Amino acid sequence: MGSIRYSKYLIMGILFGILLVKSEVISWWRIQEMFRLQSFHMYGIIGSAIFVGMISIQLLKKFNVKTFGGEPIRIAPKSFQKGQIYGGLIFGFGWAMTGACPGPLYAQIGSGATVVISTLLSAIAGTWVYGRVRGKLPH
Amino acid sequence: MLLLLLSLKHPWPWYVSGPLIGLMVPALLLLGNKPFGISSSLRHICAACLPARIPFFQYDWKKEAWNLFLVSGIFLGAVIAVHWLSDPLPVAVDPRLVSELSGYGIHPTHALVPGELFNWPALLSLREFLLMGVGGFLVGFGTRYADGCTSGHAIMGLSNLQWPSLVATCCFMTGGFVMANWILPFILSL
Repeated sequence: MGSIRYSKYLIMGILFGILLVKSEVISWWRIQEMFRLQSFHMYGIIGSAIFVGMISIQLLKKFNVKTFGGEPIRIAPKSFQKGQIYGGLIFGFGWAMTGACPGPLYAQIGSGATVVISTLLSAIAGTWVYGRVRGKLPH
Repeated sequence: MLLLLLSLKHPWPWYVSGPLIGLMVPALLLLGNKPFGISSSLRHICAACLPARIPFFQYDWKKEAWNLFLVSGIFLGAVIAVHWLSDPLPVAVDPRLVSELSGYGIHPTHALVPGELFNWPALLSLREFLLMGVGGFLVGFGTRYADGCTSGHAIMGLSNLQWPSLVATCCFMTGGFVMANWILPFILSL
């Protein structure tokens, strides 16, 4: 039963993975261009993705659209904490070094760069260490 | 038909791929009230494999298993894209970037991640260890500290007009600018 319930997310992931490769979002080169303001490509992608996402959410809310399972759509609000500043900067450093945010990490491995498994394991370690020292960090 | 297949094999322009990525947001909401986000998968992996009695990892990760299916799909999608939809041409890169990076011995090929930096033997050298080992650590630590990544904050959060996501996105970009322009040249020259 579980596998059928989850297969739709696997399929969404496959579509997203194909998109990440074909749009070259997983390219280390594109990320370097973005942070050097040498190309509009990544800004176009992120900007138009936000635009479409924003219009979609507004429409879902305006027409009170239900999920396919018939539930009302609920989106948890994001609450502010200082981690969005400190953590955001730290992630930005890592993004420019690895050329990958978390989604592209999985896609880079799939694209054949198997060594990125080590980047992914480091990212899992980073998440684990955050969980471990969380209480001592400013939030 | 042949023309369509050819254009599928070329890199897709931003005005095609960007809006399609944006449609992930309503698609996941409609399919099961799921917020678009990838970095939480790293937390679920920790909770599943090595919770070590850390309170942050004490939750029922199986309830979030959909997210692990999503990221497994990303891996499979990339396999499909490079095997059946790949472009034989080298990645088109801005000439300024090509000349800057050729100074460090890095040249564009058809690979999306430069093989000169990202290969298994290179992990043992300082430069590549910093990029993959330390860089990866910062991605995992930073996204969780910021409570989201590019998908969760920049795309999902901004789509839902959440101002904390705007703060996070600005910090992602600031960190990236500082690293790429001022710190990375030093690392690459190691």
